[in-house]
Amino acid sequence: MAADDRFARGAGEPGEEEPSGTRSEIIAGPVSDWATDFSHLEPEWSADPYTIQDDLRQRCPIARTERFGGAWLPTRYEDIAAIAYDTERFSSRSIILSNFRSAQELAPIGGSPPISSDPPFHHDARKLLLPAFTKKAVERQEPATRAFCHSLIDSFEGRSVVDAAAEYAQHIPVRVIADMLGFPPEDGPQFREFVEDLLEGINLPPDDRVERVSRLFNYLLAQVHDHLDKPRDDLTTYLIDAELYGRKLDPSHVSGTMALLLIAGIDTTWSAIGASLWHLATTPGDLERLVADPGLLASAVEEFLRAYAPVTMARLVKRDMHWHGVDMKAEDWILLSFPAANRDPAQFDRASEVVIDRQVNRHAAFGLGIHRCVGSHLARMELRVALEVWLERIPAFTLDNLGAVTWSAGQIRGPRTLPLRIA
Amino acid sequence: MKVQINSALCQGHGRCYDLAPSLFGEDDEGYGRVLGDGTVPPGQEEDGRLAVANCPEYAVQLLEEG
Repeated sequence: MAADDRFARGAGEPGEEEPSGTRSEIIAGPVSDWATDFSHLEPEWSADPYTIQDDLRQRCPIARTERFGGAWLPTRYEDIAAIAYDTERFSSRSIILSNFRSAQELAPIGGSPPISSDPPFHHDARKLLLPAFTKKAVERQEPATRAFCHSLIDSFEGRSVVDAAAEYAQHIPVRVIADMLGFPPEDGPQFREFVEDLLEGINLPPDDRVERVSRLFNYLLAQVHDHLDKPRDDLTTYLIDAELYGRKLDPSHVSGTMALLLIAGIDTTWSAIGASLWHLATTPGDLERLVADPGLLASAVEEFLRAYAPVTMARLVKRDMHWHGVDMKAEDWILLSFPAANRDPAQFDRASEVVIDRQVNRHAAFGLGIHRCVGSHLARMELRVALEVWLERIPAFTLDNLGAVTWSAGQIRGPRTLPLRIA
Repeated sequence: MKVQINSALCQGHGRCYDLAPSLFGEDDEGYGRVLGDGTVPPGQEEDGRLAVANCPEYAVQLLEEG
């Protein structure tokens, strides 16, 4: 077989060159008014975004900030759904709200297709991934996931307090996605750094950001080379071999999609597992009910996804317009908070309560419209198995130290420190 | 009673085939599909209603006959 020179060293490796785009001034520090100066990077938001969002929904349903070069925050389900469905006026070219907007020429592909893609390219890039992430396809990961969850709990033997975020929730998606991409499981700790670099280091100086992103892409390129040398039955080899419009994918498409699968699959699911355990540790009535009636787990999982939806996306406004009462400018950011949509009382009964046997639950935790999370079936499997195994092995547990719980900053929210007393 | 999926709206969340696996299945890309002609056998009406009530895209519909 001829060498695949798409990935030759120095052949336009993404992340190596200075990315083209527009930078805005970094503005950090306490928020003066959430309606006019919001920031999802401040500690008050991490600690409790729901109170802020509920307040905004009442008094200023499309909030504004001049930070990040200008951004809007809708908090009504109706507005969030309308933006998710409107790919004509809102672009997915950059989906992590930061002080850097990628160049407009990157549309409709974006840096990490298909999440960063707009129609019509989006459909074709997404179609490549869908078969690997159907419910049936991800069932193949279930036995190994279950065994891995048991092995994590085995390792708690003899301890009375464990960190359920760092020592349990975190490891599960890392292991699953490493298996699917065909990366060495021992590289897991590096993945956590990549995630933090991309999703939490938003207000770092630009040069730092560029360096951190190139660290990820250098790692991915090394994995591509390893797979070119030793092709195997995994998603990396699949992407290297995949074709679109009669030819192999651009190297930036291959590495961009690998980055997406690695990053998007990790702290999202980690957050969902952690937030569910946090809820049960702080709501003994729900824990007792679930342990007594494991048949409730299916609806409980959906309710945890609704109430503690970990993922907020971003969009860029395509052109100046008056939209639902505000004047949006081209290139304004939209912070697309599915968590806020999921707690809108106009859409959900008892929206602010966690009702583990909720029967009607059209939540938007995995997004709405064409960008529905491609990994949603995998995430649901991991969340269900992680909770099943935990509840079977550790049916009684409590929060050890409320003050020690920490939550991630930025667009993905979940506990990062969660000390639980398990004996 | 019959169920149907509006394929223009379905995005493959899979709530219908999770909640009512005897009425719905998934295709090779994870989009929902109605099994058979969509007729809901007696005793499975509740599953059909659950599938409708939990589709985030409002793509699953129930046709009450008569």
